[in-house]
This record gives sequence, structure tokens and C-alpha cells, in this order.
Amino acid sequence: MSDTIYALSSAPGRAGVAVVRVSGPAAFDSLKLLINNDKIDIRRPVFLASLYDLNDHSLIDKALVLTFQGPHSFTGDDVVEYHLHGSPAVLAALFSSLSQMQYHRMALPGEYTRRAFENGKMDLTEAEAIADLIDAETQAQKQQALSQMGGALRDLYESWAQELTKILAYAEAVIDFPDEDVPDDEILKLRPQINDLLDSITDHLNDNRRGERLRDGIRIVVLGAPNAGKSSLVNALAQRDVAIVSDMAGTTRDVIDVHLNIAGYPVIVSDTAGLRPEDLGSDAQDRIESEGIRRAIQKAEDADIRLLMFDGESGDLDSHTLNLINMESIAVINKCDLFHVKQDWTHEIPRVALSVKTGKGVEKLLTELEKLIQGLMGVSRESPSLTRQRHRAQLQQAQAYLEKAGEAGQPELMAEELRLAIRALGQITGRVDVEDLLDVIFRDFCIGK
Amino acid sequence: MNSFDVIVVGGGHAGCEAAAASARLGAKTALVTHKLDTIGVMSCNPAIGGLGKGHLVREIDALDGLMGRIIDQAGIQFRMLNASKGPAVRGPRAQADRKLYKEAMQAELSDYPNLSLVEAAAEDLILDDEGGIKGLVLGDGSELSCRCLVLTTGTFLRGLIHRGTETIPAGRVGEKPAIGLAETLDRLEFPLARLKTGTPARINGNTINWSILDEQKGDTPPRPFSTLTDTITVPQISCYITYTTAKTHEIIRNNLHQAPMYSGQIAGQGPRYCPSIEDKVVRFADKERHQIFLEPEGLDDPTVYPNGISNALPIDVQAEMLKSIPGLENADVKEWAYAIEYDFVDPRSLKATLETKKVPGLFLAGQINGTTGYEEAGAQGLMAGLNAALQAGSVSRESARPFVLDRADAYIGVLIDDLISRGTNEPYRMFTSRAEYRLRLRADNADQRLTDKGLVVGCVGTKRETAWGRKKKALMEGKALMDRLQATPNELEGYSVAVNKDGRRRSAFDLLRYPDIGWASLSQVWPELSTLAPEVREQIEIEASYAGYMERQEADILAFRKDEALELPASLDYTQVGSLSNEVRQKLEAVRPATLGAAARIPGVTPAAVTALLRHVKRRAAETNAA
Repeated sequence: MSDTIYALSSAPGRAGVAVVRVSGPAAFDSLKLLINNDKIDIRRPVFLASLYDLNDHSLIDKALVLTFQGPHSFTGDDVVEYHLHGSPAVLAALFSSLSQMQYHRMALPGEYTRRAFENGKMDLTEAEAIADLIDAETQAQKQQALSQMGGALRDLYESWAQELTKILAYAEAVIDFPDEDVPDDEILKLRPQINDLLDSITDHLNDNRRGERLRDGIRIVVLGAPNAGKSSLVNALAQRDVAIVSDMAGTTRDVIDVHLNIAGYPVIVSDTAGLRPEDLGSDAQDRIESEGIRRAIQKAEDADIRLLMFDGESGDLDSHTLNLINMESIAVINKCDLFHVKQDWTHEIPRVALSVKTGKGVEKLLTELEKLIQGLMGVSRESPSLTRQRHRAQLQQAQAYLEKAGEAGQPELMAEELRLAIRALGQITGRVDVEDLLDVIFRDFCIGK
Repeated sequence: MNSFDVIVVGGGHAGCEAAAASARLGAKTALVTHKLDTIGVMSCNPAIGGLGKGHLVREIDALDGLMGRIIDQAGIQFRMLNASKGPAVRGPRAQADRKLYKEAMQAELSDYPNLSLVEAAAEDLILDDEGGIKGLVLGDGSELSCRCLVLTTGTFLRGLIHRGTETIPAGRVGEKPAIGLAETLDRLEFPLARLKTGTPARINGNTINWSILDEQKGDTPPRPFSTLTDTITVPQISCYITYTTAKTHEIIRNNLHQAPMYSGQIAGQGPRYCPSIEDKVVRFADKERHQIFLEPEGLDDPTVYPNGISNALPIDVQAEMLKSIPGLENADVKEWAYAIEYDFVDPRSLKATLETKKVPGLFLAGQINGTTGYEEAGAQGLMAGLNAALQAGSVSRESARPFVLDRADAYIGVLIDDLISRGTNEPYRMFTSRAEYRLRLRADNADQRLTDKGLVVGCVGTKRETAWGRKKKALMEGKALMDRLQATPNELEGYSVAVNKDGRRRSAFDLLRYPDIGWASLSQVWPELSTLAPEVREQIEIEASYAGYMERQEADILAFRKDEALELPASLDYTQVGSLSNEVRQKLEAVRPATLGAAARIPGVTPAAVTALLRHVKRRAAETNAA
């Protein structure tokens, strides 16, 4: 049975409606699992249904479902189209469930076309027009994949591929060279190594509290010196008054949360007390404020994104605030109408000059925020979820095979699962060839009687 | 009477299988070798089989080739390697009595129907006006004509023996190299390169102190290679194991400057998996000892092959080295170790039939294609012989139907595909890790995979046809019985066979797939199962144990074969294919893959390039159809 493939078929980006297409012999099987109803009459071409998460059975979305029985479909396979709300969170949940279905995997670039073509559903002109598009897409994706997979991530994936190559090579050595100086118990030593690698991948997949963020919201904290305009900014973002704002510095003493929706994701923006520890005295008023500052710093540590606010009116950038810069920060220079900071900006984070009062520049801040959020949630600006979702799906596959490899009874079955795992990982890092395995074997074992 | 359909040059393992296969298809065949007495000689270690290699022998046997039946008449110690592991990675292996092997092979070929044995040196090829093969010039200047020719010259192409600083042009010790043919291949501009391999000294077993060595016994009873052999009647003996010592290593280290591999005298690449003892001592300096298998070369021949210490050291150093090895202190040497360098043809210049792309009708098989091992040679010989005969028997070269096995059919398919699409830079040896579909390509089911294909092409004789027909029928009946016998969880409970109580009826085969349900408990439920023949039962058990994996592999194979079905025209102009990088284009041009799948397997060819190729070829096909 050939694989069942899925992908986002509508235009990427935020949209009212998103279309996910699932094509292949098991397309109706996953439909039944998603709608939690295996009595569904497939001959009904269109119906409305609730889709449930495969793991926790929570509601993903209410979707319009279109079914096409092969060969009467675009690809010639059985096809199910899901029309859902165009939210990245919804799509991520659906993809996550699909990726766990038996025989399901994310479509490769051009794969729908190829299937349609092979099933005789498309003439050549059509196929070529689409192929050109795919070519363009593949190029863009390559760029994107490279830019997204900057240094650290690529190194990480490559180190796993290397580790897995070594594990598989040792398993193959035990299989292929029984009469040589390869001790049979080498295979037993591989189990802990497989489990270690599995743990690393599992941790990584759970990383960035991605699921948690989807569920609970991305935490944005606004930090800055007193009277920099933090509360006004939160208000501007929320477009409603939630935090107490006055002209007197130090009005906000506690942390105030506002729930918003930015780029389709749930977001919690926290206002904080101003940072000015050196001015604090010991009277009761100041003690309250100092507790507020402690909480602000705590909040900064826990936050996913830091908005560092500076008062454009004062000549210098406040050093307490500057100290809080990390990779997920945006510098916001308020009161840009009064702006006279002359220094060059040397920090590697985006800087937005705005005026909370006039609203000038707030849109720009929102754009920068969207970028950061999409980066955090594994979506690029151009296409939600294509590259990273694919990586994710491949890592999940590798994870599943590694689990089975760890449990396999016979060396050749362990090797079989390891081969599938390395093939999944190899789709991210480049194919691992049998010659790579032999290199390891002949380097590490003295083979040759 | 000097006109043949097919001429095979060379009497080694590739040549013997090629000649026999061609003759089995009814082609009038000549085997030309410079010395009839060397037909079937084992020039390196006296053993057949092993992991991957044993699989190849079973496949040759399934296509009614010779090697399996011959080793069954000559094997003096049979062992199933990896017997404790799963069936897919068990490899049959046998020590051979050299003399018995050679004699059995010569006896087999001397009255093989359609086959003539010709004792002569092969000097030059004769081509027709179109550059296709037409005949062969012999050493005395006489000519033989043919429609197809299979060249299996092994290490004889410009063979050069190294021992210390001494070099001797030779194909094997005491035999002349083939210079004339190497020049012919040069003239035809075949891409040639050099490889190296080595062989250890041969020792007089009567001078070995056996009493202090570890004994390694064979399996009892020995299990034959060929499905046509009922029992092994050759007497069985043991091998022995000894080890190198610190002193051995010291002697080698002190004399590295005299080792041709280290002095720079040898340029050819040696195999990574069969390093010389010099290599082992240098590369694994912290290993205190290396094992040596002492393999008897025959029942009434005292010669012993010390497997594990091939080298090319000068004779005096070899002598000193052997004395430092327990059991060999007083060993008499019959033949000293040596390394040999030889020419091979880059196998990427071959088609999947092993016909050269350059010279129509010329086929190459065996070590000349960069492989090592009797089994790899035999497998290629068989395929080249079959395809040469098919071509010779058809109206024109172009209309010949090829006989090709793919990577999902057989190790033979893996071997040939690896060679023609990737080439090699060391002597190529088969490993099971090379096979993607290893669980399916087992030594135990070679007949199920291949014999029917052999029957279709016509290379399987009546004896095997009858035997296979019987086995196939028994297998089918056994499997049908396993599907027919069904029981509910409640019925099974009565026999203490526990399954999920879901009310579902399960077949005996379904039940056998459970790891904790064995044949014994099923036989209690259904006593009729005990009537199945042991070989049928074994196959059913193996299939049940791998069933889940096989389903997964079937899906893979389907995808693989789809790409294999997309043929790339041999005349494809890669400069006309859009968006190929120079690097990828050069790789494709060097190989000129026959299918889209083969293109994708060439190292460095990207998925994007494969998509581009697919588009280009489809467009071309459409234009041709429109025209």
C-alpha cells in the first residue's frame, strides 16, 4: 500500500478558511479517526464535522469535510479535503494528529501532482505548469529551510544523524561480520544509546513549550523604566483600557495580563512595574514597588517575548532595561515625536520607534511581533508550517522507529527500524548511505579474516 | 566449426556460470581458457558463502546455476552463520576441498549440453563494421566467430604480483597475465582503473602444532546449498583458530618499509573489509592480537590456508612472522603470501544486462568489473551468460529481451545495480546491509523469489522444475491451510491460547504472528498442522515472524518499482534538461542511468534534479507522440 500524504492546499498565511488535503489509500481511515466515527458514509460528498485531536481528544475545529473516492479525485487516490478556520494553531493541531496516523506522512514538494500524473489524472501541459510552480516552491523552501535551520539547529540534527549512523553501523557490523572480531554483545550496548538519542529527540519535539503556548498563549512581557509608557503600550495593543495609567512615574505596581490574538495565536501581554532599583528607598510605598520590580524580572524570565521600552524623551537608553535583552526581544522607543536618542543601535534585535500617544508606529510593532511569534511557533512568514512541519513530522517518524528499535528482539529487526529512523532523519540532513555505514564499521572494527 | 552464438573468455567462477547459463538457454557456447585444468580453481580462500555471499549462491542455485551444487559435492565443513539471529540474516558457508571443487566443476562442464571447452589464450576481440562484437582472436592467431562474447578475465588484466620489493607480472602465481586483452580494452577506450587484493601464505598442515589450537566444528548435520542436494556425503572436518602475538606485531612494524602498500609501490585500492595484516597492525595498533582461521584446503591435501594474515611482505619477514604465531612455530610454507594489482573496467560503463554500452554484444562479468569473491563473480557470470544468450538468439541485438533482476528481487539485483549506478573504488563485496529489502531477500526463500522467473526465461532444467513444482505446491497448500483454519477467542481459550476477547475469528497464520504463540500450541488446536512438511512449516513460521515488516516493505517496494518503471532513454542529452547543476549533470552523464530510480540512487543526485529529469523525459515522450 502506498503512503497517504497530506499538506496544506490553500494559500499559506492567515486566512478565513484553510484547506488541508489528504490523499491516499488510508485517507478515509484517518477521517474516521479524526471525526471519531467509523460508521460515516463515505459516499456523502460533503458534510460538517467536528475534528478531534488524536491524543487528548480535544476539539481541533469544526470543519467542512469533502470526500472524493478514487479515481474520481484530483490525484486519482481517495481524497479528503478539510476546510477549517485558517488559524495556525488549528492547522498545527490537525497536522500533529495526521502525522501520527498509520501510513500517513506530509506530502513532498510536487507529490500531489506526481500522483495525479501517475494516475492519469492530468495532461502534460497541466502537469508542467504545476511542476514549474513546485520548482519555484522548492527553491524558496530550500532558502527558507536553510535560513530557518541556522547553525544551532542544523548542528543538532546533524549530530543526531551521526549518532544514528554509528548505532546502525554497529548493528550492521554484528549482523554482517559474525565470524569476525565483532562481539555479539555490541548489540546489547546499542539499546541505551538508542534510548539516549530517543530522549534527545523527544525533548526537542516537546521543546519551546510549543504545545503549551498553543494552549495557554504566548507570553509577552513589557519591560522598561518608569514612565516609559509601558501601560499605554499595552492599552494601545489591547485597544482598551486595562492597566492604570497616569503621568506619575511608578503607577503600575503589579503585573497586569491582557489576553490578545496576534497573527492567529493566543497571546498574553503582561504589563510590569518600572525598573529603577537604585532609586528605591525603604518606605512602605517603595517596598510595594520593589516587590513589583522583583515580579517584573521574574516575569521577564518566564516570558516568550520581551518588549523592552525606552523613553525616547530621555537622552540615554535605560541600562536596566538594556540588560534584559535576549534573542526574543524587541526594543520599543516610545515618544518618538520627542525622540532624541543619538546613539547608533548596535544590538541584534529589532528596534521600533513609535508614539503610543499618536498611534504612530504601533502597526510596525505588530508586524515585528508577528514575525517573532511565527518564528517561535515554527512558522515562517511566507508559509505557515511547510518546512518546519515537515521537519517535525520527520522527527516524529524517527522517534517512532527508534522506539520500536529499542524494543526489537532480533538484531535484523532492530536494524530495520534503525534504517527507517535514519531515512526519516536523512530527509532533513541529507541521505545516509550504506557507504557511510561501511566507513564506520571498517573504521571501528578490525574486519577481515 | 569455429562459429558460436556465445563465447565466454575465462574459466573462473564468472566464466563457468556464464558458459553454463548461456548453454542452458540453448545457445551454442564456447568457454575459452588458456588452461582447461584451471577451470573452477579457487584462487583465494577455499570457502564458498557467508553473509550476503551465501545468499548469492542460493540465488544462483534458484536459477539452476552451478555453484550451489558444486560446493555441495566439495564442502568439507558447513556452517550456518548467524544461526542465533533471524532467518533473513543467516548465511550458509562451507569450506571447500579445492581439488574436489575443481574436479566437480570440470566434470559438470565437460559434458554440459551445447557447451564446448576450448583451450587457448584469448588475444584480441574482433568487431564488425558497426562496432559490435563479431569474434575472438586466439593466441595462435586463429579466430572464432560469435554473436555475443562474455569477458571474465578476473585479475588477469595486467596483473602484477607484489612481494616485498619484488614484482612479477602474473594473473595468479605461476600464470601469465592477459596483456593483449587489456590493450584491446584500452584501445576501445574503456575506463580502466586499478585495484589491489592480497592472499596469505599456504602452509603445510603436517607441520602445524594442532594440539594447542582452538577447534571450530561444522554444523551437524551439514545443510546443503542447493535445493537439489538431499544430503552432504563428503566427510566433514574441523577448522582451527590461532592468534597473532605481540611479537608478530613487532616484526611487522619493524618491516613496514618493505611492505609495498606502505612503501608506495602499490597504487591500487585494497578492500577495507579484507585488510592485510600490515594494515590491521597499523590501523588497530591497540589490539593485542588478531584471529587467524586455519582452513584446510582439502581432505587428502595437507595445505592449510591461514585466513586473516594476507600480506605482501618479503619472504624472510613472512617466515619470521609465521614463527611468532602459536601452532605455526615450525610451519613449512608451500607458497608465500603476495598482493596483486590488476586492471578493472569501471562498471558504470555497463548496462543492467552487463553488456557494455560501448561495444554491442560484449558482456563483462566478475572481478573485471571491480568485484571480489567467487559468489559475486558467479552471480554476474550467470546474468551475463543469460543475457548474452538471449541477445544471440534474437533476431537483432535491439530486439533482445533482457533478463534483469531488481533490488527487490534478489541480491543479484542489488549487486549489479550498485555496480552500474555507483561504480566502486575498492573490490566490491556483498554485505546484507547493502540490501534495502533484506527481510525479504533471504537465503531460505531464493527459490520462491527466483525459480519461476528462471522458468519463464528458460534457464531452469527439468530436474529443478519438477522439484520446485512439488515444493511450490506444498507451500501453497500449507499457506492456504493456515488461512483456512480459524477460531474465535473462546474456542482458543479451551487450548490455553490467549488472545484479546473481541469475538473476532483469527486464522492460524494470524495467530502465529503473535510473538508468544508458537507452532506447538497451534498444533494442539489443529492437529492437522503436524502433517505439514518441515520445510513448509519453516517458511510459514518465518513469514509470520516478519509479517508486519513485510507489509511495510511491500509499500516501499511499490514506490521503488514505480521509479524503476520510468525508463530514461540512453541517448538522453543532459544539457537539455533544465535546472540541473553542472555537478549533478556530470554525475548523470558518467553513469547514464537506465531508469529514474537508478538516477535517484546515484550519490549526489538531488530530489530536485530527479523531478527535473522526470519532467524533461515526460515532455520528450509527449513531443515524440505528437510528432
